[in-house]
Amino acid sequence: MKIAIVPRLKPSRLIFWFGPVLAVLATMIVGTLVFAALGINGLKAVETIFLEPVLNPQRWQDLGVKAAPMLIIACGLAYGFRANVWNIGAEGQYIAGAIAGTGVALLADGSLPGSPLPLMCFAGVLGGMAWAALPALLRTRFRVNEILVTLMLTYVAIQLLFYLTRGPWRDPNGFNFPQTRLFEAAESLPIVVPGTVIHLGVPLALVIALVMWIVMQRTTVGFAGRTVGLAPHAALYGGFRNDRVVWFSLMLSGGLAGLAGIFEAAGPFGQLTPQFGVGYGFAAIIVAFLGRLNPLGIVLGALVLAISIVGGEIAQTRLGVPNAAIGVFQAMMLFFLLAVDVFVSNRLVFERDENA
Amino acid sequence: MAGQKQKKKDAAPRIALKGICRSFPGIVANDDVTMSVAPGEIHALVGENGAGKSTLVKMLYGVLKPDAGQIYWDGEPVTIDSPKTARYLGIGMVFQHFSLFEAMTVLENIALGLDEPVPRRRLESRIRDILHTYNLPLDPRRAVHTLSAGERQRIEIVRALLLRPKLLIMDEPTSVLTPQEIEHLFKTLRRISEEGCSILYISHKLEEVKRLCDSATILRAGRKVAKCNPGKTSARKLAEMMIGSELKDVARQATAPSRKREVRLSVEGLSLAPSSLFGTPLAEIAFSVQAGEIFGIAGIAGNGQNELFAALSGERPCAPGVIRIGGISAGDKSPSSRRALGLCALPEERNGHAAVPSFTLWENLVLTGRRTLALTSAGLIRRRRARRFSGEVISRFDVRTTGVDAEASSLSGGNLQKFVLGREIAQNPRILVVAQPTWGVDAGAAVTVRQAIADLAAAGTAIVLISQDLDELLLLADTVAVINQGRLTEMGPAATVSVERIGMLMGGIHGEPAVVTPA
Repeated sequence: MKIAIVPRLKPSRLIFWFGPVLAVLATMIVGTLVFAALGINGLKAVETIFLEPVLNPQRWQDLGVKAAPMLIIACGLAYGFRANVWNIGAEGQYIAGAIAGTGVALLADGSLPGSPLPLMCFAGVLGGMAWAALPALLRTRFRVNEILVTLMLTYVAIQLLFYLTRGPWRDPNGFNFPQTRLFEAAESLPIVVPGTVIHLGVPLALVIALVMWIVMQRTTVGFAGRTVGLAPHAALYGGFRNDRVVWFSLMLSGGLAGLAGIFEAAGPFGQLTPQFGVGYGFAAIIVAFLGRLNPLGIVLGALVLAISIVGGEIAQTRLGVPNAAIGVFQAMMLFFLLAVDVFVSNRLVFERDENA
Repeated sequence: MAGQKQKKKDAAPRIALKGICRSFPGIVANDDVTMSVAPGEIHALVGENGAGKSTLVKMLYGVLKPDAGQIYWDGEPVTIDSPKTARYLGIGMVFQHFSLFEAMTVLENIALGLDEPVPRRRLESRIRDILHTYNLPLDPRRAVHTLSAGERQRIEIVRALLLRPKLLIMDEPTSVLTPQEIEHLFKTLRRISEEGCSILYISHKLEEVKRLCDSATILRAGRKVAKCNPGKTSARKLAEMMIGSELKDVARQATAPSRKREVRLSVEGLSLAPSSLFGTPLAEIAFSVQAGEIFGIAGIAGNGQNELFAALSGERPCAPGVIRIGGISAGDKSPSSRRALGLCALPEERNGHAAVPSFTLWENLVLTGRRTLALTSAGLIRRRRARRFSGEVISRFDVRTTGVDAEASSLSGGNLQKFVLGREIAQNPRILVVAQPTWGVDAGAAVTVRQAIADLAAAGTAIVLISQDLDELLLLADTVAVINQGRLTEMGPAATVSVERIGMLMGGIHGEPAVVTPA
């Protein structure tokens, strides 16, 4: 008996769409074993992480709030990933957006006639774009790999955040804590469901996903991105300029990450602190792939990641599961997904040995 | 050794196949193929692309295993499980695509391909022996990147002959050669066969098979359909057996003389650096094409055709005045702007260049037709319109497919070519630049494609036809020029130029004139 992987005649639609489900299931099973090896009740831990947030209605608002930033960021990333533009520094653009938006609020300091919120959001988008502009410039001008530049700029953004929150932007009335002053009501995202933590960013994230679906599936810009990603030579022949697609990808993903950043600062955080970067920008990469780089699938992907984050927090307090274990969990999900993906265009065959 | 061969000649065929079957997911590549090759015989294996020739040969050379059937070598049943076994038995193979290291010398390349190392000096003397015996002009010390395709092929032949094969398999050996190089190759092959070595000659060029081969096996859709003596069968009959139906002629209608004066495309002083390390720079190319004229550019692959295509299509922009479309400077314009001016282009490589393999047919229509066919409005793709137009292209050019939602990669070479050519024609181009339009296309589709090009010219479109296929050029073109080493040489009316003259120009400085035999 021999097991072989042979190419399929046609990619399997079934595995394409159910691959993420399989990956999540595999993560649960292996996760159980990993936790057991750590000396924790594995079954209980996995149940807490994956089922508790879903079964307990009290937790649903948390899911929405955690999913929203990842959804917004992942929608932007998905466009670029399809075009072979690998922005893995959304975390940095997310922080840069929050810094820019917060800067507007601190500078205006209540002096603007209307609500400063739209201007803050606009600045957030520009901040994210600015952070992504450098890799775009380096790639289109000097062929510098955007993977490295975007990733490294994340650490620059984190240092900038540290500097601002500990230095010039520190709240004078904050007992020397490294944090900015709390946003005023006018500077904060309104709560849309009274009595919950669900802010305006959550429904807006869903709208962004819908718009991005239309952009990617139905517009010329989306078509250009897919063509460049699948067949760069054909894209050139068809009249799509590779450099333009690179710029568009990075501006779109950077801008959306920046928007997610200011939403988060002006929403759940209510201020900037050195701990602002919680890794949504990195988790969004997993979300984008779980959602098959399709904005509608990404909605589900963001929900799955949000479940693991919320569940992870519960497990941390209740079972003493280390925080890093949640990161391991999320990484496993991506790895299993990549493994399952082999079977989208290949299949397993069991061959009887010819000499037997 | 010769005596031994003589004895075997009467006893058993050199190689015989009985009931060979091999299938891949979704297709049966070989179905119950039975054939044999006698010692010293030059046997042709002919069939269209996809008829199963390559699969059959790969099984002979141990690259693939048959699902069923038996191979006999000198009458003995054998299992050829690897190319090494094949070489051990005495089977040599010259592949269509050479596997050579450009930066190394001939000698180094041959040394690298040997199963067992041979001391450098002994190897060189053996190579020189072979070169001398078979009258093959080649310098073992020269670097491969300085050699012509014909010379490169000789390396592969020497590599095979070093092992003193009893069966030499040649896979489409003439596709990259000039007519003179082909002539020389045939002499070499006849010489090899006279020494008792059998040759299995794979080709779809029937005139060559008629000239060279003693017998022929014809494959169609994986099955052997006939065995015949190609010398006594007409090329047309052979072609019809190959495609399984009657072959139509391409009718070239004259363009109305009144339309013929207007110059649609003019190129002047086009020079371009190569796009890759081993690319060819273009040097001072100049020509012009009138409405209704087919301007043929002959040349062996790799002499600057790709660069010329990229410059004409707009993929590689140049100075504005170098290329003029209908009098308008367009050298710096993008492919989309050139389409808007009426210049459509169709590259040689279908998958990944002319079409996105994983896109559906209608999406591939959008790729080049989105502006010219108004397939977008306000940034949105008009899917219904794109699907309707695709359906029209499919039915007008007889594209065999499951419909507009079929992925481009699911179509055969010929059908995809009909679709992409139809796509360009649907845009009513004033100028069409088309490269190797029938390369890897089955004979039936080739007729359709050529007829479509001829009809388009008759309707007044100026056409630039870049092709390696001389027969195709002489059939279609009004004017013929030759590209060699990035230079365009000597053009004239197709009716007055001779194949020999074109062949010599194709060889140019790259080939070696010493090989040219006086006609």
